[in-house]
Amino acid sequence: MGKYFQPEIETASREEIIRIQNEKIVKQVKHVYENVEYYRNMMDEKGVKPEDIKSIEDIHKLPFLSKADLRDAYPYGLLGCDLKDCVRIQSTSGTTGRRVVAFYTQKDIDLWEECCARAIVAAGGTDEDVCQVCYGYGLFTGGPGLNGGSHKVGCLTLPMSSGNTDRQIQFMMDLDATILCCTPSYAAYIGETLAEKGYKPEDNKLKAGIFGAEPWTEEMRQSIEKSLGIKAYDIYGLTESSGPGVAFECEEQSGMHINEDHFYAEIINPETGEVLPEGEKGELVFTSLDKEGFPLLRYRTRDICVLSRKKCSCGRTHVKMAKPMGRSDDMMIIRGVNVFPSQIETVLLNEGYAPNYQIIVDRVRNNDTLDVNIELLPEQFSDKVSDIQAREKALEAAMRTMLGIGPKVHLVAPKSIVRSEGKAVRVIDKRKLHD
Amino acid sequence: MAIKQISAFVENRQGSLSETIKMIAETGVNMRALSIADTKEFGILRLIVSDTDKAVEALKNDTIVTTTEVIAVKMDDKEGTLYTILKVLEDAKIDIDYSYAFTGFEKGAYVIVRVSDVAAAEKVLADQGIKTLNDVDIKEL
Repeated sequence: MGKYFQPEIETASREEIIRIQNEKIVKQVKHVYENVEYYRNMMDEKGVKPEDIKSIEDIHKLPFLSKADLRDAYPYGLLGCDLKDCVRIQSTSGTTGRRVVAFYTQKDIDLWEECCARAIVAAGGTDEDVCQVCYGYGLFTGGPGLNGGSHKVGCLTLPMSSGNTDRQIQFMMDLDATILCCTPSYAAYIGETLAEKGYKPEDNKLKAGIFGAEPWTEEMRQSIEKSLGIKAYDIYGLTESSGPGVAFECEEQSGMHINEDHFYAEIINPETGEVLPEGEKGELVFTSLDKEGFPLLRYRTRDICVLSRKKCSCGRTHVKMAKPMGRSDDMMIIRGVNVFPSQIETVLLNEGYAPNYQIIVDRVRNNDTLDVNIELLPEQFSDKVSDIQAREKALEAAMRTMLGIGPKVHLVAPKSIVRSEGKAVRVIDKRKLHD
Repeated sequence: MAIKQISAFVENRQGSLSETIKMIAETGVNMRALSIADTKEFGILRLIVSDTDKAVEALKNDTIVTTTEVIAVKMDDKEGTLYTILKVLEDAKIDIDYSYAFTGFEKGAYVIVRVSDVAAAEKVLADQGIKTLNDVDIKEL
């Protein structure tokens, strides 16, 4: 196997890519207009007809989709084909607890897995590699995406899923894993655990890691590369578009190539919606050019990012995106899971608490921690310690159900959460992931 | 006769107990007994004072404060008396949520007990000739 999984398309000329995009967008808009009532209504409201979209250059005429639309249209409102043609769902958290459910036809899964396969080959993967996937399997796209990509490349796949670090290390060492796929924080944790067990970086057979699903820094990359003795590559994706593999890093490690034959990227001004020229910082917007089950057009990711068409030494011609530099909303990514403050607020209101809370996110030994301080209401007070601890446990359980990850809840005295100019500071993120 | 105990929520951080106690000190209310149940995160301060209403008024702007009915029993200050009292409650199948004791030296020893059923506890104690204190007794201690 060569340097590219699909050399023809990955190194296609700019003209060829535009030709493919032109052809696909016309077809896709027509398909969505005919099959997705929710988006048809949005287009009608904006006065745009499918005939108005003659090439990719006309895409700016289409309305944007946001996370709020996904919530309003839940669960089937944005389905793009008959349910009987879908073979899978994947899911992620939504802004107010209502999850995003994305539908996939078999073709959608195949294209998604091909995108992941491109990422694995770009990281040096071949059919002789042993690929250890310790992203979560299940509703989360990380495990299924890389698992499928690894199959497509022909690697021996170790479908480990997340957690149980001792077992991860045992399989890694006993079966000579050569490629590791997980969140960067988990990779760092595995590195530390290996060192604690007395292994040196050269004792493992790993050569590369494909790490994504959460923000990480260049410093973190260097520290992971050193502790595991590998090259660490970033991968980007979102459930709304498919999952990991929307964009991936090559050997140059200077931004991620977006799979432009499937996903058309725009950078917009998050305030005005105006499309910004190449090289300007703004919100990343994706259009799925050939998704069937969940064909989102102009979906606002809320990731703040920069695109670059600078020639890449790897030979790939697809546009590159920088690591996202932040969010244009208040979403946090904690242990790879999307968390919105509004979800925590929803739990508090459901459980009879006032929305007086503070979220503290930190990274301790490369692992994200989530603490939630909640002001106790006078009528909830009991002078028995066990009653208050039971309240904390009940809140932790309710939040775990809502968020998919378990926070540590602390009940605090009323008015003890610091308010600046009358407005409480809701989130304190001590991780400093962005400059 | 049950008496009123003050319970206040206190965060487990440096200075928070003294802030709370200072507010009581400034009202001129006298403390009869104090107990703290603490966890890593927070504590519950339990107080028996000479003037419950005044102390609650002083505390309620700063923290969560509530009053709870507890039983205060006067004991002879000698070995074995606490056991006698607890045995009476146990035999009557009355649960004890918590308890703490203090001595007033020449005025005797006292135990504060929070129980599952205040009225039943008072009755079984009275039946055994064990004296419990009322709010007036506490004020005059």
